[in-house]
Amino acid sequence: MTSHAASGNDVHAASNPNTLVNFGFWVYLMSDVIIFSMLFTMFVTVSTHYNGGPSGRDLFELRDVFFETMALLFSSITFGMAMLSMHARRKSQVLLWLLITFVFGALFVGLEVHEFLGLVHEGAGPWTSAFLSAFFTLVGTHGTHVTFGLIWIAVMIGQVAVKGVTAPVASRLMRLALFWHFLDIVWIAVFSTVYLSGVM
Amino acid sequence: MSTSSHDARLGGLNLKTYLTGFVLALILTAIPFGAVAFGWFSSGLTLILVAVAAVVQILVHLFCFLHLDFSEENAWNTGSGAFCVLILAILVGGTLWLMYSLEMRTMIAGG
Repeated sequence: MTSHAASGNDVHAASNPNTLVNFGFWVYLMSDVIIFSMLFTMFVTVSTHYNGGPSGRDLFELRDVFFETMALLFSSITFGMAMLSMHARRKSQVLLWLLITFVFGALFVGLEVHEFLGLVHEGAGPWTSAFLSAFFTLVGTHGTHVTFGLIWIAVMIGQVAVKGVTAPVASRLMRLALFWHFLDIVWIAVFSTVYLSGVM
Repeated sequence: MSTSSHDARLGGLNLKTYLTGFVLALILTAIPFGAVAFGWFSSGLTLILVAVAAVVQILVHLFCFLHLDFSEENAWNTGSGAFCVLILAILVGGTLWLMYSLEMRTMIAGG
């Protein structure tokens, strides 16, 4: 009873949002906010500089963007389920939810790669115009972040499987959750600023 | 008693908060996509709707998924966030001001 309570405290203490490591990661996220904001600013500044090339109205498929948005939103809620399972210390549930999150995240990246290849194939690559340079830089930077998030999820699936839900593993999952939810927030800004405003 | 202290330590981490956030996010995604895809409103109104839905959805994500609050315990997170907003106001505001001013001037000079 006593030992269970103590180890329970360890898990919660390590995943407490106020520890120094978590604050450090928060500062990293703030620096990422600045990077993304500047990419958004650059995009807005040149968003009508088509250089005689195609505009967003000619290129963007809202249906695909909607599927990408849903994939990322579902991956957010499934990651939330993984966090709840983590606090309940149910190892197999944590693994299952992380795996589902990975599948949704991979679906998102797959759809984005498909879109990028299609654009290049149509002759609308990043070299075509300032608008497309800014588009590929902004959306590509977000996609790269999601890809690194997927690698991180894969690593954590391995750690949970091998080590179980120990205090250090729970602490890392906590920061991965921050990162993953943060990327979904950036995507809200992307589909609103780039796609929805672009096709109007 | 033990349940309430357990909940407090999780910082509002529970199923209800996640599901509320998820449903709100779905609605706040469907509205702007629908408005743009089916042209429910004039383009000016649609643009405002897209912006408002985005801001509200970001707040929903912050509170329901990231569990952000302005409590005393999160003072450092809030403080660094506020500093970040100040930096952004200078960088983003300054860039937009400068670039639009430049565009106006070059249009006049170029004729």
